[in-house]
Amino acid sequence: MADLSVQIKNLVFRNPVTLASGTCGFGEEMTPFINPDLLGGLFVKGLTIRNREGNPYPRMAETASGMLNAIGLQNKGVDYFIQDILPRIRHYQTHIIPNINGSTVKEYIQVAEKLADLDRIPAIELNISCPNVKAGGMEFGITCPSAFAVTEAIRKVYPKVLIVKLSPNVTHITEIAKAVEDAGADAVSLINTLLGMAINADTRKPVLSTVTGGLSGPAIKPVALRMVWQVYRSVGIPVIGIGGIMNALDAIEFMLAGASVVQVGTASFIDPTVSLKVIQGIEDYLNIHHISRLRDLTGGLITD
Amino acid sequence: MANKVVAQLIVQEITPLAADHFLMRFHSDTGLLPVDAGNFAQLATGDPPAVFLRRPFSIFDADTALSMITFYIKVVGKGTAQLTGQKPGTRLTGLYPLGNSFTIPTNARNALIIAGGSGVAPFLLLSRKLKKQGTHVTFLIGAKNREELVLTDVFQEYGDVETSTEDGSEGFKGLVTEHPILSRKGQLFDQVYSCGPVPMMKAVSRWALKNDIPCELSLENTMACGYGVCLSCVTGTTEGNRCVCTEGPVFNHKLLTWQT
Repeated sequence: MADLSVQIKNLVFRNPVTLASGTCGFGEEMTPFINPDLLGGLFVKGLTIRNREGNPYPRMAETASGMLNAIGLQNKGVDYFIQDILPRIRHYQTHIIPNINGSTVKEYIQVAEKLADLDRIPAIELNISCPNVKAGGMEFGITCPSAFAVTEAIRKVYPKVLIVKLSPNVTHITEIAKAVEDAGADAVSLINTLLGMAINADTRKPVLSTVTGGLSGPAIKPVALRMVWQVYRSVGIPVIGIGGIMNALDAIEFMLAGASVVQVGTASFIDPTVSLKVIQGIEDYLNIHHISRLRDLTGGLITD
Repeated sequence: MANKVVAQLIVQEITPLAADHFLMRFHSDTGLLPVDAGNFAQLATGDPPAVFLRRPFSIFDADTALSMITFYIKVVGKGTAQLTGQKPGTRLTGLYPLGNSFTIPTNARNALIIAGGSGVAPFLLLSRKLKKQGTHVTFLIGAKNREELVLTDVFQEYGDVETSTEDGSEGFKGLVTEHPILSRKGQLFDQVYSCGPVPMMKAVSRWALKNDIPCELSLENTMACGYGVCLSCVTGTTEGNRCVCTEGPVFNHKLLTWQT
């Protein structure tokens, strides 16, 4: 049987298939459909220092081969996660990786500090790319100095695996990736959603309450593949590939472009069992192509 | 958490009720999970679907013994047009059972169900349960016109049916919420349920508040996942934003702040 395990720093994933933050709740919502223990990891819903109600309805617009969302980081705050949710999910035999957010560097630090000593949390994903919040979020992820500053600040207080989630809404994503690598990130995950909008021509109004939102789904996969490939060639840290993965071949493509781990996101909305099909499909691919170790596939794109 | 599945459903029969209104019955060859009154399903509209996301529909009827499940579907766009155009024998996938269910007080003597248009969808399963426990049910069903006033004969098996149409082609002429029964017999009812257009449910809620009758509303919001992870379908409540898909679709009307 092929070896599907992959590694980021000292953290071993039993397989490369994880669920993207904001598309799997805290894992509990998935358990009527799948056994989370079979996954490589769970990037649980974005956390902030305090309760956030998120943006007004409507928060979602279906588009061609994808959807826009403008949820706005609705969550009950990091303390609620630690006290109420974590005790219910800590028995999962998979990596539970919180996605952390803030309006200021100080807020990011506060959230990271609270998560640093928890035994079941081996890593965090620093979200500097949420396009749906008024303050913070993507602001930190679109310039090199701010991306460097927030990553460096978190690196100082967070000793475990630090993953930084990058925004595609930039001119040169490789520059941002290099900045967060220089600031001490252990890995980068990309891409977060692409900023977009939808309009109702009959009413002449935007579909989303926030006018703009984040585009996800297969519509963004070509952009995500390109960015993963560029970043893989620019940095020395592992890359986590995200963006429109609907099946195993999509995941394989991300690995060929340079991803060590992948996140399945929007596809779970349509089929909450899709991540397990992706794992099975990757295993089948390795067997068919006589590849014994999945990690040998990362960056295996043939360009000559 | 209760079991939910991504099921293979086989189209069995599509019954036109009026222009753009259909009953669509599916069969499952792997058995049907138990469903409750108020639950819904997220259906793929085709294979491949013409739209990216699934579409949510109230479960109109379900028979676990016969492995059959029926939905009331009104064509409103590309997805519902594709779905209702499927041929018997076609296999589609559906996520179910989703959402919460209606509260059925065991001491309810007289229940009133107010439905507007396709808002009748969740009430067959409910009225069956109410009748079974001996609660008398009165249905107040409103529609634009006589043609769109559908399934009244089905509901007659479970209680008294009063009707209204906006054009007066059948029953009381006017909005369902202006029906004289509400002022004449309002005090009789000890439980109200409603589903339909938001302005209608708002009027029902005001009427229930005024008459101090417990009231539950079944909401419909645009959703992506249907099982509580995308947080798209929220409605404002006195306890903050709540997902219609998991904390609804049935809400006590007093919880709603009607921001949507």
